[in-house]
Amino acid sequence: MTAIDLGMPQLGGLDLVPTADDVQKAKDYTSDQEVRWCPGCGDYAVLAAVRSFLPTLSIRRENTVFVSGIGCSSRFPYYLDTYGMHSIHGRAPAIATGLAISRPDLSVFVVTGDGDALSIGGNHLIHALRRNVNVTILLFNNRIYGLTKGQYSPTSEVGKVTKSTPMGSLDHPFNPVSLALGAEATFVGRAMDSDRKGLTAVLEAAARHRGASLVEIYQDCPIFNDGSFDVLRRPDDSESRVIPVVAGQPITFGNEGRWAVVRRGFGLRVAPTAEVAPEDVVVHDPADLELSFALSRLSDQELDHAVFGVLRQVDRPTYDDATRAQVQQAVDGGGDDLIGLLHGRDTWTVRDGAVLPHTTTGDSAR
Amino acid sequence: MNSAVDVVTDEVRKRHRVVIRFAGDSGDGMQLTGDRFTAEAAAFGNDLSTLPNYPAEIRAPHGTLAGVSSFQLHFADYDILTPGDRPDVLVAMNPAALKANAADLPAGGVLIVDTDEFTPRNLAKVGYATDPLEDGSLAPYTVHRVAMTTLTTSALAPLGIGKKEAERSKNMFALGLLSWMYSRPTEGTERWLREKFARRPEIAEANVVAFRTGHAYGETTEAFAVRTEVSPAVLPDGTYRQVTGNTALAYGIVAAGQRFGLPVFLGSYPITPASDILHELSRLKRFEVTTFQAEDEIAGIGAAIGAAYGGALGVTTTSGPGLSLKSEALGLAVMIELPLLVVDVQRGGPSTGLPTKTEQSDLLQAVFGRNGESPVPVVAPSSPADAFDAAVDAVRIAVTYRTPVLLLSDGAIANGSEPWRLPDAGELVATPVAFQSEPNGPDGQFLPYARDTETLARPWTVPGTPGMEHRVGGLEKADGTGNISYDGDNHERMVRLRQAKVDGISVPDLEVDDPTGDAQVLVLGWGSTFGPIGAAVRRLRAAGHAVARAHVRHLNPLPANTEAVLRSYRRVVVPEMNLGQLAFLLQGRFALPVVSVTKVAGLPFGAAELEDRLQPHLTDDERIEVPA
Repeated sequence: MTAIDLGMPQLGGLDLVPTADDVQKAKDYTSDQEVRWCPGCGDYAVLAAVRSFLPTLSIRRENTVFVSGIGCSSRFPYYLDTYGMHSIHGRAPAIATGLAISRPDLSVFVVTGDGDALSIGGNHLIHALRRNVNVTILLFNNRIYGLTKGQYSPTSEVGKVTKSTPMGSLDHPFNPVSLALGAEATFVGRAMDSDRKGLTAVLEAAARHRGASLVEIYQDCPIFNDGSFDVLRRPDDSESRVIPVVAGQPITFGNEGRWAVVRRGFGLRVAPTAEVAPEDVVVHDPADLELSFALSRLSDQELDHAVFGVLRQVDRPTYDDATRAQVQQAVDGGGDDLIGLLHGRDTWTVRDGAVLPHTTTGDSAR
Repeated sequence: MNSAVDVVTDEVRKRHRVVIRFAGDSGDGMQLTGDRFTAEAAAFGNDLSTLPNYPAEIRAPHGTLAGVSSFQLHFADYDILTPGDRPDVLVAMNPAALKANAADLPAGGVLIVDTDEFTPRNLAKVGYATDPLEDGSLAPYTVHRVAMTTLTTSALAPLGIGKKEAERSKNMFALGLLSWMYSRPTEGTERWLREKFARRPEIAEANVVAFRTGHAYGETTEAFAVRTEVSPAVLPDGTYRQVTGNTALAYGIVAAGQRFGLPVFLGSYPITPASDILHELSRLKRFEVTTFQAEDEIAGIGAAIGAAYGGALGVTTTSGPGLSLKSEALGLAVMIELPLLVVDVQRGGPSTGLPTKTEQSDLLQAVFGRNGESPVPVVAPSSPADAFDAAVDAVRIAVTYRTPVLLLSDGAIANGSEPWRLPDAGELVATPVAFQSEPNGPDGQFLPYARDTETLARPWTVPGTPGMEHRVGGLEKADGTGNISYDGDNHERMVRLRQAKVDGISVPDLEVDDPTGDAQVLVLGWGSTFGPIGAAVRRLRAAGHAVARAHVRHLNPLPANTEAVLRSYRRVVVPEMNLGQLAFLLQGRFALPVVSVTKVAGLPFGAAELEDRLQPHLTDDERIEVPA
């Protein structure tokens, strides 16, 4: 996978996290709490994938933290036997930022949904991405508000009829991948809840990425938005829609690779492979921002196409590493101690009822 | 020039105290001028108290009333309590400054004006039909007409710097003149100017020359022949420095981090008048202080909570509107019971209100302003220097009881300054926090919500501790295990436990100052009204009134003896810079009558003003009757 080196040490996302002594299993990551999602909820599949993928990271369980906001998916931390915080609506990226800055020895995950991350918490999401804080963000996108019983979300398609939009929703949805790329994300991936293999691969790459990783996970809400991604699941429909991308590989898909992605102006289009020259088929490069963005635009609200895999990955200094480096530099640089700080440069002394001449110390580190 | 300080031939008049107000356009550098004069007074050993007063606009239209910025300094040879009611000396750098401030100058006061700015255009801008320098309206004052701008620019002409830059140095001319008039030491200011403009030596030189020119002008001009001297103040033994409230508060946070062995993590979003705490702490990284300028107020507190979960001293700093935004996250901190310091430097409200003016109107928001039964300890410093101790004390409560604590400063404390008796090393003994790293329940189980029997604090266990993995969150916790619980009985128990924990916080008793021991009236204050109340009570006592006073630092929980103290007086009067929020709180808590004396004009109570407001409550016997 191509990566741009901007001068930072080549650390992986988990390289400062202590490794586990023993081989771990999914069971080790399973808490004693009863899982309370609706039957058929896509969250179950994601939870199972996460429980089985975490042991493969070979890091200590106690150095793993899941921070979530509010919504169905945000119950996630309770079901994992790691450290965790089920926080407040939309704020998980901010909380995770403070934790990640102060604790380089932790692997910090954020679990959020389309309402949590893109509506009430939109600000925190884009700033966590642009700062490139070393956190892995799992964005469960079911295109609906589930926990509040079925209102449309910022990823719902225009015209969505819900309890709060009986005549159809009016606002244009976000494309989370496009949004993340616009927010200067250094890692953006997408996966389907039911695709255990693809989901695991993207999650692992995200966790090992040093910096902020966003993984959009398409996920069904069987109660309030049932079948929302069926066109990407049913073999007949998905054949011409699902576009998996792999770094360094030409982007072809469908039965026997009969579809190909080729350039059109500044963007991309899908064409029958037989009708294009092999050299015109786009080769995936996660370091090419323009390509990543064009790929994200192939996924529209009608789901005529949806790109899966690691759409973007580049190395860029992370905010938390840089912050700690500044503090360390200042600590190493020394200077006055606490008493010296409090005294500052100009003091005077009163003793036995008399004012002694004031003293001025030389230039301090201030 | 340097020898000027030692000139002994001029006439010197001794004064116990002087109040000077510098007033000019918001671009004239009045705050900086006042700061320097303050530093000179501190270096001289005076007691002092300051009151900056500036508009919310960075540069309001030049020469307008809206753009007037002022800085008042009270310095004395004894312990003073307020920045002074009315100036003895007003320096007015333009007609707008004169118009905005003249009413405060008492008859006989000294007025120094920059005549160069009294042009027809500038006079018209602020509605002077005639030139006050000519029309006799300033007759009650001793007026010094000084062409400060031209004197400055001609003195700087040999330096060859631009006219605009030269004119900008006129504030240093004013400072030089005042330094002469009040026999201030000058070396500190010259050194400070050279350091401040170290990268632009020509500007440093210009300012030093302007400063010296003003000083020499005073020395050689007959009108200023009489110098005034204010001797050093003999304060209690100790080593002192001058400090502003925001700086003292920032230092208190650093000291608290060291004391409890915790790295400090500040998550903050810039807001007036709290930003200087962020600025100060961002320069103190060498004390293991991390500052994070967040994308908004909510992220500021969110990141601080995240850092606290990781084992840092989480801090967030803000002002009223920011506190409103942080409310939900503060509730989360109450629920997950982690230490957190939330600093609210109060300003005029509601909404954006008066960003640069002081007020105490966030008290009820601090105590109650969250959804649900959400008790948060509240601590308030009483003066700029006290902000240090208050911050350390607030962190003590947060760490000991595993709770967010609100520290309520205000604009007057934040930007005001005074001498600070420095703590010595013995007062800064380290008592590191012990994180829970061993199971505390039966069968080797870890119970994140099991409580210390004395403090009711829950264990603080940080990620990375093996075998103690647990989840916290905003949903109601089952007593002990901390698992989600929707059980009504459990909720009732947890609500009462959280309340009992805060109610049980150990805070010192209220101390009453009642020198004659027979006072019938208690004046009770909190926060920055400490100085004005003290000064007003001094005046009342000097006039023969018996009056007691007490000051509340811990607003939640209140000191255990509060009710007993209040009930031991026939009348309790509570002056506040709001519409009676502490009074409301006391009446609600203790069902006893309280007289509220309030002001919300953006400035602290003056000593004489408060004396006048308190007087009727001391003498009106009919009103003093307490209903049965």
